[in-house]
Amino acid sequence: MEAKKREPLLRVVKHAELSRTQSFLLRLLAVVVALVVGGIFIASIGYNPLEVYKTMVVGCFRSVMAFQATIKFCIPMCIAALGVTLAFKMKFWNIGGEGQLIMGAVFASYFALFCDGMPHVPLIIIMFLAGFVGGGIWGLIPALCREKWGTNETLFTLMLNYIALYIVTYLRDGPWRDPQAAGFNKIARFSANSQLDKVAGIHFGWIIMIVLVVFVFIYLSKTKQGYEISVVGESRDTARYAGINVRRVVIRTMFLSGGIAGIAGMIQACGADATLSTGVANGVGFTGIIIAWLAQLNPIATLVVAFAFSILEKGSSVIQSSFGLSTACADVLQGIILFFIMAIEFFVRYKIVFAGHKEKKLSQAKPEKKEAAGK
Amino acid sequence: MISLDFILKFIVAAVAAGTPLLFGTVGEILSEKVGHLNLGVEGMMSIGALTGFMAGYGSHNLAVSMIAAFAGGMVSALIYAVLTIGFMANQNVIGLTLTIFGVGFANFVGVYMVGKTSSNTWQLSADLISQMKSIHIPLLSDIPVIGKLIFSYDPFTYTGIIIALICGWYLFKTKAGLNTQAIGENPAAADAASIQVTKWKFINIVLGGGICGIGGAYCSMIINGGVWISDCVGGLGWISVALVIFAAWRPQTAILGSFIFGALRVLKYYMPSVIPIAFFNMLPFIITAAVLLIASIRGTKGSHIPENLGFNYFREDR
Repeated sequence: MEAKKREPLLRVVKHAELSRTQSFLLRLLAVVVALVVGGIFIASIGYNPLEVYKTMVVGCFRSVMAFQATIKFCIPMCIAALGVTLAFKMKFWNIGGEGQLIMGAVFASYFALFCDGMPHVPLIIIMFLAGFVGGGIWGLIPALCREKWGTNETLFTLMLNYIALYIVTYLRDGPWRDPQAAGFNKIARFSANSQLDKVAGIHFGWIIMIVLVVFVFIYLSKTKQGYEISVVGESRDTARYAGINVRRVVIRTMFLSGGIAGIAGMIQACGADATLSTGVANGVGFTGIIIAWLAQLNPIATLVVAFAFSILEKGSSVIQSSFGLSTACADVLQGIILFFIMAIEFFVRYKIVFAGHKEKKLSQAKPEKKEAAGK
Repeated sequence: MISLDFILKFIVAAVAAGTPLLFGTVGEILSEKVGHLNLGVEGMMSIGALTGFMAGYGSHNLAVSMIAAFAGGMVSALIYAVLTIGFMANQNVIGLTLTIFGVGFANFVGVYMVGKTSSNTWQLSADLISQMKSIHIPLLSDIPVIGKLIFSYDPFTYTGIIIALICGWYLFKTKAGLNTQAIGENPAAADAASIQVTKWKFINIVLGGGICGIGGAYCSMIINGGVWISDCVGGLGWISVALVIFAAWRPQTAILGSFIFGALRVLKYYMPSVIPIAFFNMLPFIITAAVLLIASIRGTKGSHIPENLGFNYFREDR
C-alpha cells in the first residue's frame, strides 16, 4: 500500500469522537450493507432474498411456540456472551467459553444424574452452583497459568475447549453411558425432578439470563470490582500503580467469567436438552464472543444482539423447511454482518488521509477514547 | 505379536492422517510469524475444501482443484487480512468469525449443491478419484519396506512436504523471510528498519490462507472418498492451530509434528480397546497445552512464540 518515495499513499489517523447517533447510524448502515451482500448471495443461487429474509423473521414470530424456540436459542448465546464480556473487558482473551460452558454442564449433570432423589428445589440450586463452579474452574486454570508463568491465554483456553469436549465423550462412552440406550452411546435423559421448571412455556433459564444481564451490567458499571476490571483492561501498569492487585483481579474475574459460561452449560443440559451430549455447547461459546464484541461489551446491548442472532438461528431452521436451504445460512449471515460492522467500526475511530492531502484540523483530533478496545 | 507389516501400515496411515494438518499448520505459521494469530484456519480450510471440490467436480483435474483450493483459501485469508491489518479489527474476533463464516458457507453451498444433483450425493468423477489415489512409481514403490514407507502416498502428501520445506527455507534462509519474522517480533522496529510491514503482513497471511485451503481440499476430496460431506474439515483446522505450538513455529518441524499428530489420530484403531477412544482424541490438545505450559514456565528462552502475536500494529501509536 505504500507509494514510491516513502510517503504512504494512504495514511490512517484518529479523528474526533463521533456522536452516539453518528456511530449508531454507521453501525446500522453496516448491518444494512451486510444484509444486502447476504441478499446478493442468496439471489445468486436463485432465491428471492426479500422472500427469504421475510420468511426468517416471520418464522420467528408466527406462533407462540416459534417465539419460544427463538428465546431458547437466545438464552445460551446471551449468557455465554456475558461471560466473555467480563474477561474481554480486562483484555484477557478468553476463547474458552465453549469449554467453560461444557464443564458447567458436566458438573451440573453429575447431580442431575446421580442425586435426582433429592428434593427438587435444593437439587436445582445445587446444580446451578455446580455449573457455576465447573465453568469457573475451567476459567481459573488459564488465568492462574497466565498470571504465574505468562502462558498465552488465547491458545491455552482454546486447547481447554477440546479437552472439555472429549471429557464429555469419555463420560458418554464410559462411566455415564446409559446401559438402556440402543445403538449409539449416550447419557441417560434426566428425570423430571432434575430438569429446570418451565415458566411461560420456556425453561426458566430465560429468567436467569435476564438476572445475569442486570447483574453483569451493575457489576461492571457500579461496583468497585467492576471498576478494577476496566482499569486492568486499560493498562496493567496503571492498575498496579493505583494499588490494584492485578493478579487477584484477573483470577477472580476469570473464575466469574468461566462460571457464567458454566451456568449457560447447566441451563442447556438441564433445561433445553434434558441430557448431557457432546453437542451441549455446539459453538455457542464462539458465537458468544462475536455477540459480546458486537455489543461493545455492553451487557444490555448483548441481550439485544443475542436476540437478533437467535432470530437468524431460528429463521435459518425455518428457511430450511420452507426453501430447503441449509441452516448454515445463519452462520454465513452472522459472519457477513460482523465483517461489515468491524470494517465500519474502523471509521468510527479513524479516518483515512490520502497522500498530499493537507490537514487543517489536526488540532481537533482527540486521542482515542478509552472504551475503544482496538487491539 | 506386532509384525513389520503392521507397523508399516500404521506409519502410512499416520502420514495420511497428518497431511491435512501439515497444510493447516504451515499456513498458520506463515500468518503467526507476522504476528497475526488467525483463528480462522478451520474456516479457511472449509472454504478451500469447497472451492477445491467444486473445481474438481467441474474440471475432473486434480491440479485445477488444488489451485482452486489455494485460491479459495487466499480469498478467505484476504478478508481476515483486510480487516485486521487495514481496519485494525481484533484478531481473535475476526478469526473466530472467519471460522464460523467459512464452515457455514461451505456447508450452505454444499447442501445446495447436493440438492442440485439427481442422486442426492455430490460426488467427484471416477477419473479424478483415480488421480487422487496413492502414487505408484513402478520400481521405487516396489522396494520392500522403503517403497511402502516413502513412495506410497497420495499427491497431497508430497505437495504438503514440498510446501513445508519451501516455507521453512523462505522463513529462515531468505532475507524476506527473516524480515517477516522481525515483523512478528516487533513491528515498530521492523518498520524503523524500513521493512514494509503492511505489505509483508498481507503477503504472508494471504499465502498462509492459500496453503490452509489446500489442506481443506484434502479433507473434502480424499478423506471421504470423493463424496461431499458437511463439516468435512471437522476440527482439523483447530488441531492445526495447536500443532503450530507443538512445531515451535517451524515449518520443517511441522512435517514431523503433523505425522506425529496424524499417528495420534489413527492410534485408536491400532490400540487395545481398554483405553477409551476419547483419550486418544484428547491427546493432541493435552500435549499442546502441556507444550504451551512448559514453554511458558521455561521462560522466553524456551518459547518460540512471536513476541507480538495477537496484536495489531498502528504506526501512529509508536
